[in-house]
Amino acid sequence: MILSTSETILSIKDLHASVDDQEILHGVNLSVKEGEIHAIMGRNGSGKSTLSKVIAGHPSYTVLSGSIQFKGQDILDLAPEERARIGIFLGFQYPVEIPGVSNLEFLRVATNSRRKELLQSELDTFEFEDLVKERMKIVEMDPAFLERSVNEGFSGGEKKRNEILQMALLEPFISILDETDSGLDIDALRIVASGINKLSQPSSATILITHYQRLLDEITPDFVHIMADGKIIKTGNKELAIDLEKSGYDFIDKNKKDKEMVN
Amino acid sequence: MTQTNTVEEIVAQPYKYGFTTEIETEKIPKGLNEDVIRLISAKKNEPDFLLKFRLRAYKQWLKMKEPDWSGLTYSKVDYQDLVYYAAPKQDIKKKSLDEVDPKLLETFEKLGIPLSEQKRLSNVAVDAVFDSVSIATTYKEKLAEHGVIFCSISEAIIERPDLIEKYMGTVVPINDNFFAALNSAVFSDGSFVYIPKGVECPMELSSYFRINSGDTGQFERTLIIAEESASVSYLEGCTAPMFDTNTLHAAVVELVTLDDATIKYSTVQNWYAGNEKGIGGIYNFVTKRGECRGKRSKISWSQVETGSAVTWKYPSCVLQGDNSIGEFYSIALTNNFQKADTGTKMIHIGKNTKSKIVSKGISAGKSKNSYRGLVSIGPNAEGSRNYSQCDSMLIGDKASANTYPYIQSKQPQSNIEHEASTCRISEDQLFYLQSRGIDFEESVSMLISGFCSDVFNELPMEFASEADKLLALKLEGSVG
Repeated sequence: MILSTSETILSIKDLHASVDDQEILHGVNLSVKEGEIHAIMGRNGSGKSTLSKVIAGHPSYTVLSGSIQFKGQDILDLAPEERARIGIFLGFQYPVEIPGVSNLEFLRVATNSRRKELLQSELDTFEFEDLVKERMKIVEMDPAFLERSVNEGFSGGEKKRNEILQMALLEPFISILDETDSGLDIDALRIVASGINKLSQPSSATILITHYQRLLDEITPDFVHIMADGKIIKTGNKELAIDLEKSGYDFIDKNKKDKEMVN
Repeated sequence: MTQTNTVEEIVAQPYKYGFTTEIETEKIPKGLNEDVIRLISAKKNEPDFLLKFRLRAYKQWLKMKEPDWSGLTYSKVDYQDLVYYAAPKQDIKKKSLDEVDPKLLETFEKLGIPLSEQKRLSNVAVDAVFDSVSIATTYKEKLAEHGVIFCSISEAIIERPDLIEKYMGTVVPINDNFFAALNSAVFSDGSFVYIPKGVECPMELSSYFRINSGDTGQFERTLIIAEESASVSYLEGCTAPMFDTNTLHAAVVELVTLDDATIKYSTVQNWYAGNEKGIGGIYNFVTKRGECRGKRSKISWSQVETGSAVTWKYPSCVLQGDNSIGEFYSIALTNNFQKADTGTKMIHIGKNTKSKIVSKGISAGKSKNSYRGLVSIGPNAEGSRNYSQCDSMLIGDKASANTYPYIQSKQPQSNIEHEASTCRISEDQLFYLQSRGIDFEESVSMLISGFCSDVFNELPMEFASEADKLLALKLEGSVG
């Protein structure tokens, strides 16, 4: 049950954004409160990934108009690292490989930058190893992955687990997970989904960006939004995802046609 | 501001070691002729054979022309306008550190090389060279207990002329090239290392070279000999004050390994690189070569080159002994108007010889950074192998990176592999790190460290973090 008094974590109003001078988002509105799980579904090219990158502050994307507020604070002027430190987390669809940079050291520096923001003490290598090994259990990850370079040579599933591990370490207020389920076999999907479930807190929120219903069998969303042509065109509960699975995205086209006919 | 600009700003860093030490210096007049060479030799009380060596080299040098083949343009050096010997005024070598001018000790301490007994590094012996002379060598007695000789080359010339006469000029002949000939004629000081048969040197050896005078050329000479089954790890570091004229540094380094011996030679070169307009800086024209004379012997070069206005440097291995191994690991970072042309030569002569080359070049600003290397497999070197990997990273769009691998093989039963790549700092990698709360500067320096990690892993433990710090410093921008 969601209390109406709970705090709004993310509030997006009439957001227009472009990449390479091409407008991709045409007025997105979204409000996410504490404790909520939202799913955003839609076809390739509908703007889902763009939305997640704009929230995280990717420098290739330009906000044309509209606003994004995080806990009441306007974040559009913040650098990506500042957004991360105040508790915005983006789980990447394709986490990049960074050869030569130790995963352990990367995770430690990242964790400490967040801890510093929260006025918690920074962890030295030994303290951090204890913490990270504890958190790795959530996604059933072998500590051997700490010794490797960031994501280098990881399988698709290992990369996604490494993403959820980062989420577990950074303890964000909002996690936007971009197609975390893509490329996962059913076992890996269960591990990742159960990790996300374990990590969800009454004080935090999650946005799942996905193509498929199957992730939503594991994680029950409070709201399902359907995105098309850079806008959220329909919002409902988890039934909407099930309907979508049954009838496919064709109804979007039907909607569009109906509209065009009315016009 | 574009991302590229910001990365470039980070790479532009102030030079931390640009100060000058005010100290009374004894200099000989400018210019070069036979009398000057006799004067240098006399000042150092050298035996006659060495004076003859110098004079032979000088005669060769007069016949040689300054090379211009690498396409590096720089304002030419006026060799008659240089001082060939400069020394802080004090008796050449003090018996104890207490007698060394405190200003000199202070200088080295400021450079992060404390020499006094209380502060010195616990497991590294240091030879500190200031302009033309060696100021002090630490841990000499302890090393002597193992039969290891570690001293300035001037001292070795007096104490062990037998070894000097036997080895000096045998790896890099006096007429090898223009700068080697010049060095052979006028070299002032440098380090000497001798590891006797069967001895594993009990600590890291290190030389620290400091140029202080502006109009003085520095011509250091280093000779390292590892007898059968001996091994040693040696590191040199270099800094210089900021002058708006160019200072010439033309060193010669010779290494010799006999059967089953190993020498690991590491360099962290941070000479003054000139300012952001390309004015001033050191001309770093050095000849470094090692000969694996013995079977199963090994010579490994690793270098982190971040300084100097112009660098010409090809630490090489001559693999004579059967089953001998040569290695070259290099990081070269250039910025502003710096020009670096560096690489190695691996000359396979013996059977089943192996060599490995890993070169990482990072170019920013309007700098030019080239890898130039030769892999040569002789007719008798059957079963020999080489692996080369040359990676370049470009920062901004005005820098250039080039790779010139020369490969010659006269032996069909050999195997040569070469890989090369060029990349830019990837926006996606940067964003990934930033999106985890890591700030921009730290992200850039993490990516560059990652790019160089194959080479960092080869540096002696004591210095790997130092080199990483140096690189980070170089990348730190105004924060440093």
